[in-house]
Amino acid sequence: MPLVYCGACSHAPGITARAERADTQTRQALESALRRMGDDIRATRPDALIVVAAEHFANFFMNNMPAFAMGMADAYEGPIEDEAFLRIKRTRVPGNKALSRKLIEGVMQTVDVAYAEEWKFDHGISVPLHFLTPSYDLPIVPANINCQGPPLTPLRRAWAFGEALRSAADAVPERVALVATGGISHWPATPDSGKINEAWDREFLARWAANDREALLSYTDAEIYKNGGQGGFEIRTFIAAAAAAKGAKGTIDFCEPIPIFAVSCTTARMQLGT
Amino acid sequence: MSLYQVQKLIYQLNRDPRTRERYGRERDAVLAEYELTDEERRALVGTAEEGPDIGLLYVLGVNGQLLMHFAALHKVEWNAYLDAMRQGLVKHGPVREGVYAATGYEGVEAHDARLKREREKH
Repeated sequence: MPLVYCGACSHAPGITARAERADTQTRQALESALRRMGDDIRATRPDALIVVAAEHFANFFMNNMPAFAMGMADAYEGPIEDEAFLRIKRTRVPGNKALSRKLIEGVMQTVDVAYAEEWKFDHGISVPLHFLTPSYDLPIVPANINCQGPPLTPLRRAWAFGEALRSAADAVPERVALVATGGISHWPATPDSGKINEAWDREFLARWAANDREALLSYTDAEIYKNGGQGGFEIRTFIAAAAAAKGAKGTIDFCEPIPIFAVSCTTARMQLGT
Repeated sequence: MSLYQVQKLIYQLNRDPRTRERYGRERDAVLAEYELTDEERRALVGTAEEGPDIGLLYVLGVNGQLLMHFAALHKVEWNAYLDAMRQGLVKHGPVREGVYAATGYEGVEAHDARLKREREKH
């Protein structure tokens, strides 16, 4: 079946960990946008949801860092973070090993993806799922792009990964949805946490919504670091989603800088089939 | 310099309950499994009263995504975590390695106030 949904959203831990410290109205608007995104995903009747995330050392470390990885299990656990800090209860999340395997075999035709039969979710997946699938009743296929331990996956390869995910999803009979998660500009977990380059974020999202491949791939890591901080490296996940949309254009449903959450909080989707 | 080893220990502590349990029970034995300098060991252990020296770990170059959760594991509250890093910079100088250097920021309160003014204008 052709991919049934393709979107992107923020995964900042502050969204749950420091929820009450944001302006109430803005926070509620964000949470509504995330829940609406969940409704939109469910409306496409997916059998599984691929979450392309930028993980933060829950599974992969510099002893053996894959450029790309996908989970291949019937269940996952998360979040790994201290429950009192993230305020999301550790839970078991369903996967679909057989479907994962088919998708991985498809992706492997063009991209050398690592697979993992064990995978612990961190806030990169757990924060979005807390709003998108709060009952944890939709099987998840976790996917990761190395945005964390340099040398990082090149942007052009992130695009290739998105294309490979799309081909793989289109080739299976199941209805597959895809969500990319990450921040745009941010300086997370540093004394500068809260700094946001809103203009840079909006420019990036405009390129994303236009699905302008060359514009999306024209950033260098030096530029990203300067203008978007070390957190900005996570644009790789958005780029993979744009590629997976196969030329479709996107809509930015929500984008507001929320300093205590450290990012321009975003929900966005590609208009598949248009 | 063995930042890799410091980060590897923190990675294991953050993700693996058994390593955490062992660390609580026989910390010195766990620490001995990693090649650490005296300064790194001092930063990880800190003091009995205050726990690990988050400021020094930050300056040593520990990736923020590891350090943030290591701090949470030790029940260091968010603002205290940010303050510890700021104090680390004052006491030990700029971040020595990695990509988590401080670049300067007006602060969340001032930023919020600026955004509020801008929203009111529109």
